[in-house]
Amino acid sequence: MNLEIVGITVLWTFLFGYVIVASIDFGAGFFNAYSVFTNKQHILTKIIQRYLSPVWEVTNVFLVFFFVGIIGFFPKTAFYYGTTLLVPASIAIILLAIRGSYYAFETYGTKGHKGYSFMYGLSGLFIPASLSIVLTISEGGFVSLVNGHPVLDYWALFTSPLTWSIVVLSLTSVLYISAVFLTWYANKANDSAATNLMRKYALIWALPTIVTAGGIIFELSMHNKEHFERIMSFWWLFGLSFLLFIGTIWLIWKRRNYGLAFGLLAGQFALAFYGYGVSHYPYLLYPHLTIYDSFTNQAMAISLIVAFIAGLGLLIPSLYLLLRLFLFNKDYVKGKTKNHP
Amino acid sequence: MVNEDALFWSRILTETTLSFHIIYATIGVGVPLMIMIAQWIGIKKNDEHYILLARRWTRGFVITVAVGVVTGTAIGLQLSLLWPNFMELAGNVIALPLFMETFAFFFEAIFLGIYLYTWDKFEDQRKHLLLLIPVAIGAAFSAVFITMVNAFMNAPQGFDIVNGELINVNPIIAMFNPAMPTKVAHVVVTAFMTAAFLLASIAAFRLLKGSNHVYHKKALFLTMKLGLIFSIATAVIGDFSGKYLAEYQPEKLAAAEWHFESEENAPLILYGVLDNGEVKYAIKVPFALSVLAHNDPTAEVIGLDQFPEDEIPPLYIHYLFDIMVTIGMWMVLLSFVYWIGMKRGWPIVHSRWFRWLIVLGGPLSIIAIEAGWWLAEVGRQPWVLRGLMRTADAATSSNHVDLMLMLFAGLYIILGIGTIVVLSRMFRRNPVEKELDDLENEKGGVRT
Repeated sequence: MNLEIVGITVLWTFLFGYVIVASIDFGAGFFNAYSVFTNKQHILTKIIQRYLSPVWEVTNVFLVFFFVGIIGFFPKTAFYYGTTLLVPASIAIILLAIRGSYYAFETYGTKGHKGYSFMYGLSGLFIPASLSIVLTISEGGFVSLVNGHPVLDYWALFTSPLTWSIVVLSLTSVLYISAVFLTWYANKANDSAATNLMRKYALIWALPTIVTAGGIIFELSMHNKEHFERIMSFWWLFGLSFLLFIGTIWLIWKRRNYGLAFGLLAGQFALAFYGYGVSHYPYLLYPHLTIYDSFTNQAMAISLIVAFIAGLGLLIPSLYLLLRLFLFNKDYVKGKTKNHP
Repeated sequence: MVNEDALFWSRILTETTLSFHIIYATIGVGVPLMIMIAQWIGIKKNDEHYILLARRWTRGFVITVAVGVVTGTAIGLQLSLLWPNFMELAGNVIALPLFMETFAFFFEAIFLGIYLYTWDKFEDQRKHLLLLIPVAIGAAFSAVFITMVNAFMNAPQGFDIVNGELINVNPIIAMFNPAMPTKVAHVVVTAFMTAAFLLASIAAFRLLKGSNHVYHKKALFLTMKLGLIFSIATAVIGDFSGKYLAEYQPEKLAAAEWHFESEENAPLILYGVLDNGEVKYAIKVPFALSVLAHNDPTAEVIGLDQFPEDEIPPLYIHYLFDIMVTIGMWMVLLSFVYWIGMKRGWPIVHSRWFRWLIVLGGPLSIIAIEAGWWLAEVGRQPWVLRGLMRTADAATSSNHVDLMLMLFAGLYIILGIGTIVVLSRMFRRNPVEKELDDLENEKGGVRT
């Protein structure tokens, strides 16, 4: 395995981490807002707040880690993606900023403003939509070089069915991932009302998620033949992913073993995510940029990997401590310990 | 092809974001140390006022952290969005500290979350102190790493360029560039100083506004003492920074000092205005610039005449230099008088006007931070990487930067107002007297 592959695997793993934790966060915000709207707030809000409060800052770091890492390992991405993504990425930053700060203002400052909940919930849906644009652009066909500068064709981007399929997939999977996780979390808290509600949402969002995921593979067959063929050569990864999906749904339907159900879901998304990543190889931006021609120099790559390993040595025990204290702590989850600062 | 408009707006947008972010970043670096010290003193003196002080500071701190995190994310991405050519080159050489900064930040985020939500978990206050140590370390180290990146922009090294190709990259040498020691030390210590004076101005303000509780007096004395220590350290390191500039970046020092011609026995120019190339109304301190630059009153100091016109930074940075140094010196004096006054029992340190001066000290320190950063950054123009890449060649070619500037400016206005509203509401609704009463009641003690 060469350093390029190590680099992109590290980054892809952090992106996957971000996709999962951010989905839980974004979806939770949406369900919370929805419950305020339908007067079911008393069922959900406590569970959601109890989970989100200690981890919201950590969620954000996963994203920062990814975009700092990709500049480090693949500096040329700054040139291609930096120039083309100005507008969509700026919109995503602004939404993230509003969302993050208002979350803190609400939780630690003043409480109980309905408008905030709505903004918080809605922004959580727009962020994945604006971030998923990157995935569309990476498929090629939207960026052309004019006088040596990459230029994004907004018209082609917004009229492409591929764009919208990816946006819809990001939305449905956010809601699905979040609902399955919160079903598990509510069940751990012995909160049957919240469990039932979240279970219902999980089942509702399962079908659209899998339908759009399949649809995108179909879209790709028309948009980027080369990528489609590579996806097909990894068909078994996606097939396995589908089996795990069935497993999750079955467990949730049977109301048992929600923890395992979430584990299967993580496996399902991991297989699909890595399968998509592997089939994208070797392109970072089709057909302009591959992981080989954008890779950083040997010295930087090695020092980044050393820093990464040292950093993980520090992070994994700390993350474990965080999870032990909050996610896997019965008293905390059930709200028996005080959870206000 | 340089898109002139995009260059202009990119500079304005970066300046806006950074100017807003550093307020929160400075608080974010400085306050955790103050919280840790308060907790430590509370344990040492067995005084619950200091423990409560640590908690109340943390509660306010969380709000500023939130805004610091989101604006930090903004500037992190904007570097690539607005300066793609710069990041492409810098990514090759200076990505390591950038990467390590996110680790430090990660570390801090995890332990801050734990500290916040285990408030009443442990009887033993020392365990809470243990949780605060990684928060303070993470905060300080994220400043250390990110300042290394900035230092590299002032003194790029650790690579060779041969026929336009980057070779022999050494990330460690790039990190430990000559600008690094003074920059990092100055940034970290001014953050501590500013945090101390900000917290002091809150305590002084509460004392002025009716509450005469001993809690605020303890807070004021602690923070002013820390402020005195850190402001003296700031002045000393500031002097080292001057010597660094004289050695490695003489055009910045010369522009900041309006030192037009190389000469020996160079005087230091304080204040004054520049009128058609002539300095008016200035105070000239003989030999001081030579002393500042080389510790020798007769040493020669390089002037602006040694540089081609298109490599000279804008001369208005002199005013920024004046603002920064004046405020710094003023704060040393103010905190020194307060400290001596407390030792000797001078009544003036308890007078209303003196407390108002302390209240003013917090905002003044923030202004000094802003002025210092503008001085450092504008003083590097026209280079984005000194001697290597001009700012004009680093900017994006996108046409939408002006629109993004408006969006971000709106965001910062909302966040700024939000912070002030939320913080003032938070503490006004829950004054310290009420919280101390609540603590007494919880212990089953008699209500005071």
